[in-house]
Amino acid sequence: MTRSFFARNPSVLIFIAVLAVFTLAVTLASEATGTGALSTSFVKTLGKTLCLCLVAIAMDLIWGYAGILSLGHMAFFGLGGYMIGMWLMYARTEAIVATSMANAQIPPTDQEIVDAIGTQIFGVVGSSDFPPIWIFADSLALQLMLVVLVPGLLALVFGWLAFRSRVTGVYLSILTQAMTLALSLYLFQNDSGLRGNNGLSGLQNLPGANNIPQADISLWFFWASAFALGVGYLLAAWIVSGKFGSVIRGIRDDEARVRFLGYSVEGYKLFVFTITAIIAAIAGALYYPQAGIINPAEIAPIASIYLAVWVAIGGRGRLYGAVIGAAFVSLLSTMFTGGQVPSVPLGFYTIDWVDWWQVLLGLSFVLVTLFAPKGIGGLVDLVTGRRPPDRHGADLGPDKGSLQEREAEQ
Amino acid sequence: MSTLLEVSGVSVSFDGFKAINNLSFSIGPAELRAIIGPNGAGKTTFMDIVTGKTRPDEGAVLWGETSQSLLRMNESQIARAGIGRKFQRPTVFEDQTVYDNLAMALKKDRAPWSVLFFRPAAEDAARIEELAEEIGLADELHRKSGELSHGQKQWLEIGMLLAQEPRLLLVDEPAAGMTLAEREHTTDLLKEAAKTRAVVVVEHDMEFVRRLDCRVTVLHEGSVLAEGSLDHVTKNQDVIDVYLGR
Ligand SMILES: Nc1ncnc2c1ncn2[C@@H]1O[C@H](COP(=O)(O)OP(=O)(O)O)[C@@H](O)[C@H]1O
Ligand SMILES: [Mg+2]
Repeated sequence: MTRSFFARNPSVLIFIAVLAVFTLAVTLASEATGTGALSTSFVKTLGKTLCLCLVAIAMDLIWGYAGILSLGHMAFFGLGGYMIGMWLMYARTEAIVATSMANAQIPPTDQEIVDAIGTQIFGVVGSSDFPPIWIFADSLALQLMLVVLVPGLLALVFGWLAFRSRVTGVYLSILTQAMTLALSLYLFQNDSGLRGNNGLSGLQNLPGANNIPQADISLWFFWASAFALGVGYLLAAWIVSGKFGSVIRGIRDDEARVRFLGYSVEGYKLFVFTITAIIAAIAGALYYPQAGIINPAEIAPIASIYLAVWVAIGGRGRLYGAVIGAAFVSLLSTMFTGGQVPSVPLGFYTIDWVDWWQVLLGLSFVLVTLFAPKGIGGLVDLVTGRRPPDRHGADLGPDKGSLQEREAEQ
Repeated sequence: MSTLLEVSGVSVSFDGFKAINNLSFSIGPAELRAIIGPNGAGKTTFMDIVTGKTRPDEGAVLWGETSQSLLRMNESQIARAGIGRKFQRPTVFEDQTVYDNLAMALKKDRAPWSVLFFRPAAEDAARIEELAEEIGLADELHRKSGELSHGQKQWLEIGMLLAQEPRLLLVDEPAAGMTLAEREHTTDLLKEAAKTRAVVVVEHDMEFVRRLDCRVTVLHEGSVLAEGSLDHVTKNQDVIDVYLGR
């Protein structure tokens, strides 16, 4: 029982090694430092995919391990993006405004500069005043803190209200959908202070880095995303490997029993909900500078449902499953919706994948749920010889969220 | 005699049906007590009330030297105050090993933060081995508890109870589905436990109760019908009428 963390969790070492090799390979094939076999936009796609893998890990922690099917975690992802986006947009507009005003006869006052930035940013929503929530936008350090604090506090308050009244199962899922819907509807309003449906744009341009080509910047973000994913994976593996993991899996399988053991189930749920919200927010803060734009549609309820679909297809309750699911599905999705997959002419009808991809995805989700509940990650079991226990088809606990026999390991 | 748990005048009804009716009950700090009664008498509901799962409509449930009211506490606070419970159906965490099940039950700080940083010390591992020995599962420590036999799961749950080091153990029908040899082992475990703490055992099986050799409380329609030694209560005419005579 005193074996080291890595000896007990060999998949962690394998994961880190694969991630390192992948990062190196992309670096060597990038336009900035390598052969240029991978275009800058594809490096960005890969970097974004790593961020999606990170938020999938958060989803797996809350759903696969703690049994809470949150369908609102992309709200935290989006909020993280908005928080970093505010600084990116402010600082870059400031640089542009300062340059253009520098030629003026009378040097502009500080207030004039701020007003000019405001006009630039909020012109699209017919305003020029900075809303109060932009008060820290000129400080990178403060906005970085907000990346963690704003989604973290939202999750803390929402989770406290929901878990305290013992909302569970489908009702909790619906509540989280309502949360992300409400947030997105609020942000769609022009007077929400975050430019309504225009969202924040130009985020790919780092302030003060005008002379650095996007090829370099994309690679930096790719590295940062890979690093964050590695750290996130280690953290998640550490959380679930010890007694804490035991308790949250216990909550998933039979939360009443955990209560009678003296654990405050609500406290644990709140803890996992908040920590996963923060992981999601960090992933979002790395994602949106690579995407270049964020708008309220990004946190529409469907986004969080996709997240659950990735984890389900990859295999919930195992961290690498979440990563595989997110990477596999989101890359396929990019291919299909990007028109890279040729249409299928059937004579009477042509299957255009841009339109039919959603149907294909929905269908695979149904098929995986019905016939391969362990997801893609279940293939690993064929290699390692992990077999399900013989429980004659019974679930591993009385709760609805408990592990199914076919998902469990022996 | 001092009392550890004092239940007085408790009533609870479900949709107008009085499952517990003005029930009073008390037990001392190191006492073994059996509760018998026909199906639907309210035995499980009584345990639900003491452990905070069900709120009574009226009455008081007082705990410990300071006569703390349990009605103001939630399930996990009551468990931490020192009341452990074994369910009628064995409920262990089937996807986890016997070791992990016992480790989770071990009396330790239960706050999320300290559990997150908790790593078992040598003495914790030793304590788990010792408990596993006691419940006859020493060789099964690293098996998933879902693979255990029904009787072994019952024992594992008793082991988890002991690991909690509660001052009061509430045990609901521990012998259900056990073989004769397993029943004997179970009585030994319970009698041993009752030397240092209060143990309340709900049981149907008269032979099992006789072997426990303790004071018996007979429940009927949500209130106490008789109390005393097994011989005493089995001679009681009311008891014979409603329970034994049938
Ligand atoms: N949650 C509940 N809702 C409605 N009726 C209940 C509930 N729990 C128990 N009862 C009823 O209360 C009575 C006592 O049940 P219980 O305490 O389980 O009996 P015992 O354990 O002695 O067999 C039964 O008639 C049962 O149907
Ligand atoms: Mg019962």
